[in-house]
Amino acid sequence: MIRGRVHRFGRDVDTDVIIPARFLTSSEPVFLAAHCMEDIDPTFASRVEAGDIMAADENFGCGSSREHAPLAIKSCGVSAVVAKSFARIFYRNSINIGLPILECAEAVDDISDGDIVSIDTASGTIVNETTGNSFQAIAFPEFIASIIESGGLVEATMAKLSGQRSER
Amino acid sequence: MVKMTIAEKILARHSGNDAVIPGQLIECDLDLVLANDVTAPISIAQFEKLGIGEVFDRSKIVLVADHYVPNKDIKSAINAKVMRDFALKYGIEYNYDVGTSGIEHALLPEQGLVTAGDLVIGADSHTCTYGALNAFSTGMGSTDIAIAFATGRAWFKVPESIKVVLSGQPAPDVSGKDIILSLIGMIGVDGALYKALEFCGDALDAISMEQRMTICNMGIECGAKAAIFVPDSKTREYLDGRAINEARFYEPDDGAEYAQTIEIDCSKLEPVLAVPHSPSNVESVSQHAGVRLDQVVIGSCTNGRIEDMRAAAEVLAGRRVAPGIRCIVIPATQDVVSKCLEEGLAKIFIDAGCAFSTPTCGPCLGGHMGVLAPGEVAISTTNRNFVGRMGDTSSKVYLASPRIAAASAVLGRIGLPSELG
Repeated sequence: MIRGRVHRFGRDVDTDVIIPARFLTSSEPVFLAAHCMEDIDPTFASRVEAGDIMAADENFGCGSSREHAPLAIKSCGVSAVVAKSFARIFYRNSINIGLPILECAEAVDDISDGDIVSIDTASGTIVNETTGNSFQAIAFPEFIASIIESGGLVEATMAKLSGQRSER
Repeated sequence: MVKMTIAEKILARHSGNDAVIPGQLIECDLDLVLANDVTAPISIAQFEKLGIGEVFDRSKIVLVADHYVPNKDIKSAINAKVMRDFALKYGIEYNYDVGTSGIEHALLPEQGLVTAGDLVIGADSHTCTYGALNAFSTGMGSTDIAIAFATGRAWFKVPESIKVVLSGQPAPDVSGKDIILSLIGMIGVDGALYKALEFCGDALDAISMEQRMTICNMGIECGAKAAIFVPDSKTREYLDGRAINEARFYEPDDGAEYAQTIEIDCSKLEPVLAVPHSPSNVESVSQHAGVRLDQVVIGSCTNGRIEDMRAAAEVLAGRRVAPGIRCIVIPATQDVVSKCLEEGLAKIFIDAGCAFSTPTCGPCLGGHMGVLAPGEVAISTTNRNFVGRMGDTSSKVYLASPRIAAASAVLGRIGLPSELG
Protein backbone atom coordinates (compact mmCIF):
# COMPACT_ATOMS: atom_id res chain seq x y z
CA MET A 1 0.00 0.00 0.00
CA ILE A 2 1.24 3.45 -1.00
CA ARG A 3 0.31 6.52 1.03
CA GLY A 4 1.58 10.06 0.50
CA ARG A 5 1.11 13.75 -0.05
CA VAL A 6 0.21 14.81 -3.59
CA HIS A 7 2.09 17.17 -5.89
CA ARG A 8 -0.46 18.24 -8.49
CA PHE A 9 0.52 19.09 -12.10
CA GLY A 10 -1.41 20.13 -15.22
CA ARG A 11 -1.55 18.57 -18.70
CA ASP A 12 1.26 17.82 -21.20
CA VAL A 13 4.05 17.72 -18.62
CA ASP A 14 6.95 16.94 -20.99
CA THR A 15 10.12 15.01 -20.29
CA ASP A 16 12.21 18.14 -20.94
CA VAL A 17 10.75 19.75 -17.81
CA ILE A 18 10.81 16.47 -15.84
CA ILE A 19 14.57 16.22 -16.41
CA PRO A 20 16.10 18.88 -18.69
CA ALA A 21 18.55 17.70 -21.36
CA ARG A 22 21.42 19.59 -19.76
CA PHE A 23 21.44 16.88 -17.08
CA LEU A 24 21.26 13.91 -19.48
CA THR A 25 25.01 13.41 -19.57
CA SER A 26 24.43 11.52 -16.31
CA SER A 27 22.20 8.57 -15.53
CA GLU A 28 23.06 8.54 -11.80
CA PRO A 29 19.75 8.30 -9.89
CA VAL A 30 20.83 10.66 -7.07
CA PHE A 31 22.00 13.32 -9.53
CA LEU A 32 18.82 13.06 -11.64
CA ALA A 33 16.65 13.22 -8.50
CA ALA A 34 18.27 16.51 -7.48
CA HIS A 35 17.08 18.10 -10.75
CA CYS A 36 13.67 16.40 -11.06
CA MET A 37 10.95 18.80 -12.35
CA GLU A 38 13.46 21.66 -12.17
CA ASP A 39 12.17 23.54 -15.24
CA ILE A 40 8.50 23.44 -14.21
CA ASP A 41 8.97 23.80 -10.44
CA PRO A 42 12.51 24.68 -9.24
CA THR A 43 11.53 23.99 -5.62
CA PHE A 44 10.15 20.47 -6.26
CA ALA A 45 13.33 18.48 -5.62
CA SER A 46 13.87 20.19 -2.27
CA ARG A 47 10.23 19.85 -1.18
CA VAL A 48 9.48 16.28 -2.27
CA GLU A 49 9.53 13.66 0.48
CA ALA A 50 9.89 9.90 0.23
CA GLY A 51 6.50 8.33 -0.48
CA ASP A 52 4.94 11.44 -2.05
CA ILE A 53 2.60 10.98 -5.02
CA MET A 54 2.39 12.93 -8.28
CA ALA A 55 -0.98 13.60 -9.94
CA ALA A 56 -1.38 15.19 -13.37
CA ASP A 57 -3.88 15.78 -16.14
CA GLU A 58 -3.60 14.36 -19.70
CA ASN A 59 -0.47 13.25 -21.61
CA PHE A 60 1.99 13.11 -18.71
CA GLY A 61 5.58 12.44 -19.87
CA CYS A 62 5.18 13.54 -23.48
CA GLY A 63 8.18 14.29 -25.70
CA SER A 64 11.53 12.57 -25.54
CA SER A 65 12.08 8.84 -24.91
CA ARG A 66 14.56 9.56 -22.11
CA GLU A 67 14.26 6.91 -19.41
CA HIS A 68 16.02 9.45 -17.20
CA ALA A 69 12.55 11.01 -16.67
CA PRO A 70 10.86 8.16 -14.76
CA LEU A 71 14.26 7.39 -13.16
CA ALA A 72 14.44 10.96 -11.79
CA ILE A 73 10.87 10.74 -10.47
CA LYS A 74 11.43 7.35 -8.84
CA SER A 75 14.81 8.34 -7.42
CA CYS A 76 13.52 11.47 -5.70
CA GLY A 77 11.21 9.27 -3.64
CA VAL A 78 7.92 9.58 -5.53
CA SER A 79 5.98 6.38 -4.87
CA ALA A 80 3.44 6.59 -7.73
CA VAL A 81 2.14 8.81 -10.52
CA VAL A 82 -1.60 9.11 -11.17
CA ALA A 83 -2.62 10.84 -14.42
CA LYS A 84 -5.59 11.18 -16.76
CA SER A 85 -3.36 9.72 -19.49
CA PHE A 86 0.34 9.05 -20.11
CA ALA A 87 2.47 9.52 -23.22
CA ARG A 88 3.16 5.99 -24.45
CA ILE A 89 6.97 5.89 -24.20
CA PHE A 90 6.86 7.26 -20.65
CA TYR A 91 4.19 4.65 -19.81
CA ARG A 92 6.44 1.79 -21.02
CA ASN A 93 9.53 3.23 -19.36
CA SER A 94 7.79 3.51 -15.99
CA ILE A 95 6.61 -0.10 -16.11
CA ASN A 96 10.05 -1.24 -17.25
CA ILE A 97 11.89 0.41 -14.34
CA GLY A 98 9.24 -0.35 -11.70
CA LEU A 99 7.70 3.10 -11.12
CA PRO A 100 4.00 2.53 -10.29
CA ILE A 101 1.73 4.53 -12.63
CA LEU A 102 -2.06 4.62 -12.71
CA GLU A 103 -4.53 6.04 -15.22
CA CYS A 104 -7.66 7.46 -13.58
CA ALA A 105 -9.25 10.70 -14.79
CA GLU A 106 -11.90 10.81 -12.05
CA ALA A 107 -9.32 10.53 -9.27
CA VAL A 108 -7.18 13.26 -10.80
CA ASP A 109 -10.20 15.59 -10.97
CA ASP A 110 -10.78 14.99 -7.26
CA ILE A 111 -7.16 15.44 -6.15
CA SER A 112 -5.70 18.83 -5.19
CA ASP A 113 -2.15 19.77 -4.37
CA GLY A 114 -1.27 18.68 -0.84
CA ASP A 115 -4.04 16.06 -0.50
CA ILE A 116 -3.18 12.81 1.23
CA VAL A 117 -3.83 9.86 -1.07
CA SER A 118 -3.45 6.13 -0.59
CA ILE A 119 -3.13 3.65 -3.44
CA ASP A 120 -3.40 -0.12 -3.60
CA THR A 121 -1.36 -0.82 -6.73
CA ALA A 122 -2.43 -4.44 -6.92
CA SER A 123 -6.15 -3.66 -7.06
CA GLY A 124 -5.81 -0.16 -8.60
CA THR A 125 -7.88 1.43 -5.83
CA ILE A 126 -7.09 5.11 -5.20
CA VAL A 127 -8.43 6.76 -2.03
CA ASN A 128 -8.25 10.52 -1.55
CA GLU A 129 -8.15 10.64 2.25
CA THR A 130 -8.54 14.44 2.22
CA THR A 131 -11.87 14.36 0.38
CA GLY A 132 -12.87 10.88 1.45
CA ASN A 133 -13.56 9.79 -2.12
CA SER A 134 -12.35 6.54 -3.63
CA PHE A 135 -11.67 5.58 -7.25
CA GLN A 136 -10.74 2.60 -9.42
CA ALA A 137 -7.84 2.99 -11.89
CA ILE A 138 -7.81 1.24 -15.29
CA ALA A 139 -6.40 -2.25 -14.72
CA PHE A 140 -3.15 -3.33 -16.38
CA PRO A 141 -3.38 -6.11 -18.96
CA GLU A 142 -2.14 -9.39 -17.46
CA PHE A 143 0.99 -9.32 -19.62
CA ILE A 144 2.03 -5.93 -18.25
CA ALA A 145 1.02 -6.84 -14.69
CA SER A 146 3.49 -9.74 -14.87
CA ILE A 147 6.34 -7.34 -15.78
CA ILE A 148 5.39 -5.14 -12.81
CA GLU A 149 5.23 -8.16 -10.51
CA SER A 150 8.73 -9.20 -11.56
CA GLY A 151 10.00 -5.72 -10.61
CA GLY A 152 10.68 -4.51 -14.14
CA LEU A 153 11.46 -5.69 -17.65
CA VAL A 154 15.06 -6.74 -16.97
CA GLU A 155 13.94 -8.89 -14.04
CA ALA A 156 11.03 -10.34 -16.04
CA THR A 157 13.36 -11.19 -18.92
CA MET A 158 15.94 -12.77 -16.60
CA ALA A 159 13.24 -14.97 -15.11
CA LYS A 160 12.06 -15.93 -18.61
CA LEU A 161 15.61 -16.67 -19.85
CA SER A 162 16.44 -18.84 -16.83
CA GLY A 163 13.14 -20.68 -17.33
CA GLN A 164 14.14 -21.41 -20.93
CA ARG A 165 17.59 -22.64 -19.83
CA SER A 166 16.15 -25.03 -17.24
CA GLU A 167 13.77 -26.46 -19.85
CA ARG A 168 16.67 -27.45 -22.11
CA MET B 1 -10.72 -11.97 -43.91
CA VAL B 2 -9.65 -9.18 -41.55
CA LYS B 3 -9.02 -5.91 -43.39
CA MET B 4 -5.87 -4.25 -42.10
CA THR B 5 -4.09 -0.89 -42.08
CA ILE B 6 -0.38 -0.67 -42.95
CA ALA B 7 0.60 -0.64 -39.24
CA GLU B 8 -1.51 -3.75 -38.59
CA LYS B 9 -0.02 -5.60 -41.58
CA ILE B 10 3.59 -4.92 -40.56
CA LEU B 11 2.90 -5.91 -36.94
CA ALA B 12 1.04 -9.04 -38.05
CA ARG B 13 3.95 -10.25 -40.16
CA HIS B 14 6.53 -9.61 -37.43
CA SER B 15 4.45 -11.36 -34.78
CA GLY B 16 3.82 -14.43 -36.89
CA ASN B 17 0.08 -13.79 -37.08
CA ASP B 18 -2.08 -13.80 -40.20
CA ALA B 19 -3.90 -10.80 -38.80
CA VAL B 20 -3.88 -8.53 -35.76
CA ILE B 21 -6.48 -6.13 -34.39
CA PRO B 22 -6.11 -2.88 -32.43
CA GLY B 23 -5.63 -3.43 -28.72
CA GLN B 24 -4.06 -6.86 -29.18
CA LEU B 25 -0.84 -7.42 -27.21
CA ILE B 26 1.79 -9.13 -29.33
CA GLU B 27 5.49 -9.97 -29.29
CA CYS B 28 7.38 -9.16 -32.47
CA ASP B 29 10.71 -9.95 -34.10
CA LEU B 30 12.62 -6.75 -34.84
CA ASP B 31 14.55 -5.86 -37.98
CA LEU B 32 16.66 -3.16 -36.37
CA VAL B 33 17.37 -1.81 -32.87
CA LEU B 34 18.81 1.68 -32.41
CA ALA B 35 20.35 3.68 -29.57
CA ASN B 36 22.34 6.91 -29.27
CA ASP B 37 24.93 8.44 -26.93
CA VAL B 38 22.25 9.66 -24.47
CA THR B 39 20.14 6.52 -24.29
CA ALA B 40 22.63 3.70 -25.02
CA PRO B 41 24.57 3.97 -21.72
CA ILE B 42 21.43 3.03 -19.73
CA SER B 43 20.57 0.29 -22.25
CA ILE B 44 24.09 -1.12 -21.96
CA ALA B 45 23.97 -1.16 -18.14
CA GLN B 46 20.59 -2.93 -18.25
CA PHE B 47 21.80 -5.38 -20.94
CA GLU B 48 24.86 -6.31 -18.87
CA LYS B 49 22.58 -7.21 -15.91
CA LEU B 50 21.19 -10.06 -18.05
CA GLY B 51 24.66 -11.62 -18.15
CA ILE B 52 24.11 -13.43 -21.44
CA GLY B 53 27.39 -12.48 -23.10
CA GLU B 54 26.12 -11.85 -26.62
CA VAL B 55 23.68 -9.70 -28.55
CA PHE B 56 20.89 -11.25 -30.63
CA ASP B 57 22.39 -10.17 -33.97
CA ARG B 58 25.48 -7.99 -34.48
CA SER B 59 24.15 -6.73 -37.82
CA LYS B 60 20.77 -5.60 -36.50
CA ILE B 61 21.92 -3.16 -33.84
CA VAL B 62 22.82 0.42 -34.76
CA LEU B 63 24.64 2.77 -32.39
CA VAL B 64 24.87 6.43 -33.33
CA ALA B 65 26.85 9.08 -31.47
CA ASP B 66 24.90 12.24 -32.30
CA HIS B 67 23.41 14.12 -29.34
CA TYR B 68 26.49 15.45 -27.48
CA VAL B 69 29.20 14.84 -30.06
CA PRO B 70 31.86 15.85 -30.78
CA ASN B 71 31.97 15.38 -27.01
CA LYS B 72 30.89 18.58 -25.29
CA ASP B 73 32.32 17.74 -21.86
CA ILE B 74 33.89 14.94 -19.85
CA LYS B 75 30.57 13.29 -18.92
CA SER B 76 29.43 13.17 -22.55
CA ALA B 77 32.85 11.85 -23.54
CA ILE B 78 32.41 9.01 -21.04
CA ASN B 79 28.95 8.21 -22.45
CA ALA B 80 30.32 8.06 -26.00
CA LYS B 81 33.15 5.86 -24.77
CA VAL B 82 30.75 3.47 -23.00
CA MET B 83 28.90 3.06 -26.30
CA ARG B 84 32.14 2.64 -28.31
CA ASP B 85 33.48 0.02 -25.87
CA PHE B 86 30.19 -1.90 -26.03
CA ALA B 87 30.29 -1.88 -29.84
CA LEU B 88 33.83 -3.29 -29.80
CA LYS B 89 33.10 -5.87 -27.09
CA TYR B 90 30.07 -7.32 -28.88
CA GLY B 91 31.18 -6.71 -32.46
CA ILE B 92 28.33 -4.36 -33.35
CA GLU B 93 28.56 -3.85 -37.13
CA TYR B 94 26.87 -0.47 -37.39
CA ASN B 95 28.62 1.78 -34.89
CA TYR B 96 28.63 5.37 -36.13
CA ASP B 97 31.14 7.59 -34.39
CA VAL B 98 32.48 11.10 -35.02
CA GLY B 99 33.70 11.37 -38.61
CA THR B 100 31.26 8.86 -40.11
CA SER B 101 28.27 9.68 -37.99
CA GLY B 102 25.33 12.00 -38.33
CA ILE B 103 21.96 12.58 -36.73
CA GLU B 104 20.48 9.09 -36.42
CA HIS B 105 17.15 9.69 -38.16
CA ALA B 106 18.81 11.27 -41.17
CA LEU B 107 21.63 8.73 -41.17
CA LEU B 108 19.75 5.41 -41.06
CA PRO B 109 17.55 6.00 -44.14
CA GLU B 110 20.46 7.59 -46.02
CA GLN B 111 22.73 4.59 -45.33
CA GLY B 112 20.02 2.14 -46.43
CA LEU B 113 19.75 0.54 -43.00
CA VAL B 114 15.95 0.78 -42.98
CA THR B 115 13.60 -0.32 -45.73
CA ALA B 116 9.90 -0.68 -46.49
CA GLY B 117 8.06 -3.18 -44.32
CA ASP B 118 10.69 -3.16 -41.56
CA LEU B 119 9.87 -3.10 -37.87
CA VAL B 120 12.36 -0.85 -36.08
CA ILE B 121 12.62 0.34 -32.50
CA GLY B 122 14.99 3.04 -31.29
CA ALA B 123 15.80 4.61 -27.95
CA ASP B 124 14.86 7.99 -29.29
CA SER B 125 11.35 9.35 -29.66
CA HIS B 126 11.91 10.53 -33.24
CA THR B 127 12.53 6.96 -34.45
CA CYS B 128 9.06 7.29 -36.03
CA THR B 129 10.83 9.07 -38.96
CA TYR B 130 11.28 5.86 -40.98
CA GLY B 131 7.56 5.55 -41.61
CA ALA B 132 8.35 7.75 -44.61
CA LEU B 133 9.92 4.60 -46.13
CA ASN B 134 6.77 2.55 -45.41
CA ALA B 135 8.33 1.00 -42.28
CA PHE B 136 6.80 0.70 -38.80
CA SER B 137 9.29 2.40 -36.52
CA THR B 138 8.81 3.72 -33.04
CA GLY B 139 10.65 5.17 -30.08
CA MET B 140 11.07 3.29 -26.83
CA GLY B 141 13.12 3.75 -23.68
CA SER B 142 16.54 2.39 -22.84
CA THR B 143 15.34 -0.72 -21.00
CA ASP B 144 13.11 -1.89 -23.87
CA ILE B 145 16.14 -1.41 -26.12
CA ALA B 146 18.38 -3.36 -23.71
CA ILE B 147 16.02 -6.34 -23.85
CA ALA B 148 15.86 -6.04 -27.64
CA PHE B 149 19.69 -6.08 -27.78
CA ALA B 150 19.46 -9.46 -26.07
CA THR B 151 16.39 -11.03 -27.63
CA GLY B 152 15.67 -9.15 -30.89
CA ARG B 153 12.10 -8.94 -29.73
CA ALA B 154 9.72 -6.42 -28.15
CA TRP B 155 6.09 -6.36 -27.05
CA PHE B 156 3.56 -4.10 -28.73
CA LYS B 157 -0.04 -3.15 -28.23
CA VAL B 158 -1.43 -2.96 -31.76
CA PRO B 159 -2.44 0.69 -32.24
CA GLU B 160 -5.55 1.99 -33.94
CA SER B 161 -4.71 4.00 -37.06
CA ILE B 162 -5.66 7.50 -38.11
CA LYS B 163 -5.86 7.99 -41.87
CA VAL B 164 -4.51 11.34 -43.03
CA VAL B 165 -5.49 12.15 -46.61
CA LEU B 166 -3.24 14.82 -48.11
CA SER B 167 -4.67 16.39 -51.26
CA GLY B 168 -3.86 19.39 -53.44
CA GLN B 169 -0.65 21.03 -54.55
CA PRO B 170 1.21 22.85 -51.74
CA ALA B 171 2.35 26.45 -52.48
CA PRO B 172 6.11 26.94 -52.98
CA ASP B 173 6.68 28.22 -49.42
CA VAL B 174 4.68 25.34 -47.92
CA SER B 175 6.90 22.37 -47.00
CA GLY B 176 6.52 19.06 -45.21
CA LYS B 177 7.21 20.98 -41.99
CA ASP B 178 4.15 23.16 -42.57
CA ILE B 179 2.01 20.09 -43.31
CA ILE B 180 2.95 18.27 -40.11
CA LEU B 181 2.79 21.41 -37.93
CA SER B 182 -0.67 22.13 -39.37
CA LEU B 183 -1.78 18.59 -38.49
CA ILE B 184 -0.40 18.86 -34.93
CA GLY B 185 -2.14 22.22 -34.60
CA MET B 186 -5.41 20.56 -35.63
CA ILE B 187 -5.31 17.52 -33.35
CA GLY B 188 -3.09 18.67 -30.45
CA VAL B 189 -0.06 17.15 -28.75
CA ASP B 190 -1.99 14.03 -27.74
CA GLY B 191 -4.28 13.89 -30.79
CA ALA B 192 -2.70 10.63 -31.97
CA LEU B 193 -1.69 9.22 -28.57
CA TYR B 194 -1.29 5.40 -28.72
CA LYS B 195 -2.26 5.52 -32.43
CA ALA B 196 -0.51 5.18 -35.78
CA LEU B 197 -0.80 7.87 -38.45
CA GLU B 198 -1.18 6.61 -42.03
CA PHE B 199 -0.54 9.19 -44.77
CA CYS B 200 -1.97 8.91 -48.27
CA GLY B 201 -3.56 11.09 -50.97
CA ASP B 202 -2.82 12.73 -54.29
CA ALA B 203 -0.57 15.38 -52.70
CA LEU B 204 2.08 12.66 -52.28
CA ASP B 205 3.19 13.30 -55.87
CA ALA B 206 4.37 16.72 -54.67
CA ILE B 207 5.89 15.56 -51.39
CA SER B 208 9.47 14.29 -51.69
CA MET B 209 10.92 11.46 -49.59
CA GLU B 210 12.86 13.91 -47.43
CA GLN B 211 9.70 15.99 -46.85
CA ARG B 212 7.92 12.78 -45.85
CA MET B 213 10.69 12.10 -43.34
CA THR B 214 10.09 15.57 -41.84
CA ILE B 215 6.37 14.78 -41.58
CA CYS B 216 6.85 11.34 -39.99
CA ASN B 217 9.62 12.67 -37.71
CA MET B 218 7.16 14.94 -35.93
CA GLY B 219 4.42 12.30 -35.61
CA ILE B 220 5.56 11.86 -32.00
CA GLU B 221 4.71 15.52 -31.34
CA CYS B 222 1.03 14.59 -31.53
CA GLY B 223 1.69 11.42 -29.54
CA ALA B 224 1.73 8.99 -32.47
CA LYS B 225 3.31 5.57 -31.98
CA ALA B 226 4.17 5.40 -35.67
CA ALA B 227 3.64 7.59 -38.73
CA ILE B 228 3.62 5.68 -42.01
CA PHE B 229 3.31 6.72 -45.67
CA VAL B 230 1.72 4.51 -48.29
CA PRO B 231 4.45 3.51 -50.75
CA ASP B 232 4.66 4.94 -54.27
CA SER B 233 7.18 5.32 -57.08
CA LYS B 234 9.17 7.84 -54.99
CA THR B 235 9.53 5.28 -52.20
CA ARG B 236 10.73 2.62 -54.62
CA GLU B 237 13.14 5.00 -56.31
CA TYR B 238 14.60 6.11 -52.96
CA LEU B 239 15.15 2.57 -51.71
CA ASP B 240 16.34 1.05 -54.97
CA GLY B 241 20.10 0.50 -54.79
CA ARG B 242 20.25 2.02 -51.30
CA ALA B 243 18.44 -0.35 -48.94
CA ILE B 244 20.63 -3.19 -47.71
CA ASN B 245 17.70 -5.51 -47.04
CA GLU B 246 14.86 -6.47 -49.34
CA ALA B 247 11.89 -4.11 -49.27
CA ARG B 248 8.35 -5.37 -48.64
CA PHE B 249 5.82 -2.72 -49.54
CA TYR B 250 2.57 -2.53 -47.60
CA GLU B 251 -0.65 -0.87 -48.76
CA PRO B 252 -3.72 -0.74 -46.53
CA ASP B 253 -6.62 -3.07 -47.39
CA ASP B 254 -9.75 -1.56 -48.86
CA GLY B 255 -12.18 -1.52 -45.97
CA ALA B 256 -9.49 -1.33 -43.26
CA GLU B 257 -10.85 0.36 -40.14
CA TYR B 258 -9.55 3.70 -38.91
CA ALA B 259 -10.16 5.48 -35.61
CA GLN B 260 -10.47 8.71 -37.56
CA THR B 261 -9.93 10.13 -41.05
CA ILE B 262 -8.44 13.59 -41.41
CA GLU B 263 -8.40 15.39 -44.75
CA ILE B 264 -5.90 18.14 -45.39
CA ASP B 265 -6.04 20.20 -48.58
CA CYS B 266 -2.37 21.16 -48.94
CA SER B 267 -3.21 23.86 -51.51
CA LYS B 268 -4.97 25.78 -48.72
CA LEU B 269 -2.07 25.60 -46.25
CA GLU B 270 0.19 28.56 -45.57
CA PRO B 271 3.65 28.71 -43.95
CA VAL B 272 3.20 28.23 -40.21
CA LEU B 273 5.07 28.39 -36.92
CA ALA B 274 4.70 26.51 -33.67
CA VAL B 275 4.91 29.34 -31.17
CA PRO B 276 6.18 28.89 -27.58
CA HIS B 277 5.83 26.58 -25.70
CA SER B 278 4.13 23.73 -27.56
CA PRO B 279 4.41 22.14 -31.02
CA SER B 280 0.60 22.37 -31.15
CA ASN B 281 0.50 26.18 -30.81
CA VAL B 282 0.42 26.51 -34.58
CA GLU B 283 -0.22 29.89 -36.16
CA SER B 284 0.58 31.51 -39.50
CA VAL B 285 3.99 33.13 -40.00
CA SER B 286 2.31 36.41 -40.95
CA GLN B 287 0.61 36.58 -37.52
CA HIS B 288 4.03 36.74 -35.89
CA ALA B 289 5.99 38.71 -38.48
CA GLY B 290 8.04 41.21 -36.54
CA VAL B 291 8.99 39.02 -33.56
CA ARG B 292 12.61 40.00 -32.84
CA LEU B 293 15.16 37.16 -32.86
CA ASP B 294 18.54 36.37 -31.32
CA GLN B 295 19.26 33.01 -32.94
CA VAL B 296 18.29 30.91 -35.96
CA VAL B 297 18.96 27.16 -36.11
CA ILE B 298 18.75 25.26 -39.39
CA GLY B 299 19.30 21.51 -39.01
CA SER B 300 18.22 18.53 -36.82
CA CYS B 301 16.65 15.13 -37.51
CA THR B 302 13.57 17.05 -38.65
CA ASN B 303 15.13 19.41 -41.18
CA GLY B 304 18.86 18.76 -41.61
CA ARG B 305 18.79 16.84 -44.91
CA ILE B 306 20.18 18.05 -48.23
CA GLU B 307 16.83 19.36 -49.51
CA ASP B 308 16.55 21.42 -46.32
CA MET B 309 20.05 22.79 -46.86
CA ARG B 310 19.16 23.67 -50.47
CA ALA B 311 15.94 25.37 -49.38
CA ALA B 312 17.80 27.49 -46.81
CA ALA B 313 20.65 28.27 -49.22
CA GLU B 314 18.25 29.40 -51.93
CA VAL B 315 16.92 32.06 -49.55
CA LEU B 316 20.35 33.02 -48.14
CA ALA B 317 22.20 33.19 -51.50
CA GLY B 318 23.59 36.69 -52.06
CA ARG B 319 22.13 37.92 -48.77
CA ARG B 320 23.49 38.55 -45.28
CA VAL B 321 22.23 37.44 -41.89
CA ALA B 322 20.94 40.56 -40.08
CA PRO B 323 23.31 42.21 -37.57
CA GLY B 324 22.91 40.80 -34.08
CA ILE B 325 21.50 37.46 -35.27
CA ARG B 326 23.39 34.20 -34.82
CA CYS B 327 22.44 31.79 -37.61
CA ILE B 328 23.68 28.23 -37.06
CA VAL B 329 23.48 25.75 -39.95
CA ILE B 330 24.04 22.09 -39.07
CA PRO B 331 23.86 19.49 -41.86
CA ALA B 332 22.52 16.24 -40.40
CA THR B 333 25.11 13.79 -41.75
CA GLN B 334 28.63 13.67 -43.20
CA ASP B 335 27.06 12.97 -46.60
CA VAL B 336 24.95 16.13 -46.31
CA VAL B 337 28.07 18.10 -45.30
CA SER B 338 29.85 16.71 -48.34
CA LYS B 339 27.00 17.64 -50.67
CA CYS B 340 26.84 21.16 -49.15
CA LEU B 341 30.50 21.56 -50.10
CA GLU B 342 30.12 20.08 -53.60
CA GLU B 343 27.04 22.13 -54.42
CA GLY B 344 28.48 25.41 -53.11
CA LEU B 345 25.88 25.64 -50.33
CA ALA B 346 28.55 25.81 -47.61
CA LYS B 347 30.01 28.92 -49.24
CA ILE B 348 26.55 30.51 -49.46
CA PHE B 349 26.03 29.92 -45.73
CA ILE B 350 29.47 31.21 -44.77
CA ASP B 351 29.24 34.25 -47.06
CA ALA B 352 25.85 35.04 -45.53
CA GLY B 353 27.42 35.08 -42.06
CA CYS B 354 26.17 31.73 -40.78
CA ALA B 355 28.06 29.33 -38.53
CA PHE B 356 28.39 26.05 -40.49
CA SER B 357 28.98 22.99 -38.32
CA THR B 358 29.74 19.29 -38.22
CA PRO B 359 26.64 17.07 -37.64
CA THR B 360 25.17 17.06 -34.12
CA CYS B 361 21.76 17.22 -32.43
CA GLY B 362 23.39 19.95 -30.29
CA PRO B 363 21.10 22.97 -29.97
CA CYS B 364 17.79 21.17 -30.64
CA LEU B 365 17.70 19.89 -27.06
CA GLY B 366 19.74 22.66 -25.51
CA GLY B 367 22.76 20.38 -25.41
CA HIS B 368 25.53 22.45 -26.94
CA MET B 369 26.40 24.43 -30.11
CA GLY B 370 23.73 27.09 -29.61
CA VAL B 371 22.20 27.16 -26.12
CA LEU B 372 19.97 30.19 -25.41
CA ALA B 373 20.54 32.75 -22.63
CA PRO B 374 17.68 34.02 -20.39
CA GLY B 375 15.06 35.87 -22.40
CA GLU B 376 16.55 35.03 -25.81
CA VAL B 377 14.33 34.15 -28.77
CA ALA B 378 15.09 31.66 -31.56
CA ILE B 379 13.45 30.41 -34.71
CA SER B 380 14.45 26.83 -35.38
CA THR B 381 13.79 24.04 -37.86
CA THR B 382 13.85 21.52 -34.99
CA ASN B 383 10.90 19.66 -33.48
CA ARG B 384 10.21 20.86 -29.94
CA ASN B 385 9.69 24.24 -28.31
CA PHE B 386 8.95 23.15 -24.75
CA VAL B 387 9.95 25.38 -21.82
CA GLY B 388 13.76 25.35 -21.57
CA ARG B 389 14.18 23.05 -24.57
CA MET B 390 17.00 25.09 -26.17
CA GLY B 391 18.38 26.69 -23.03
CA ASP B 392 17.21 28.89 -20.19
CA THR B 393 13.59 28.41 -19.09
CA SER B 394 12.84 32.05 -19.99
CA SER B 395 14.08 31.60 -23.59
CA LYS B 396 11.62 31.03 -26.43
CA VAL B 397 11.68 28.84 -29.54
CA TYR B 398 9.50 29.21 -32.66
CA LEU B 399 9.47 26.12 -34.90
CA ALA B 400 9.43 26.62 -38.67
CA SER B 401 10.61 25.29 -42.03
CA PRO B 402 14.13 25.95 -43.38
CA ARG B 403 12.89 28.63 -45.85
CA ILE B 404 11.08 30.57 -43.13
CA ALA B 405 14.03 30.22 -40.73
CA ALA B 406 16.48 31.42 -43.41
CA ALA B 407 14.29 34.40 -44.40
CA SER B 408 13.91 35.32 -40.72
CA ALA B 409 17.71 35.21 -40.28
CA VAL B 410 18.09 37.83 -43.01
CA LEU B 411 15.20 39.96 -41.77
CA GLY B 412 16.37 39.81 -38.15
CA ARG B 413 12.79 39.05 -37.18
CA ILE B 414 10.21 36.42 -38.05
CA GLY B 415 9.11 36.83 -41.64
CA LEU B 416 8.52 35.31 -45.07
CA PRO B 417 10.91 34.90 -48.03
CA SER B 418 8.59 37.15 -50.03
CA GLU B 419 9.48 40.04 -47.71
CA LEU B 420 13.12 39.96 -48.83
CA GLY B 421 14.07 42.63 -51.33
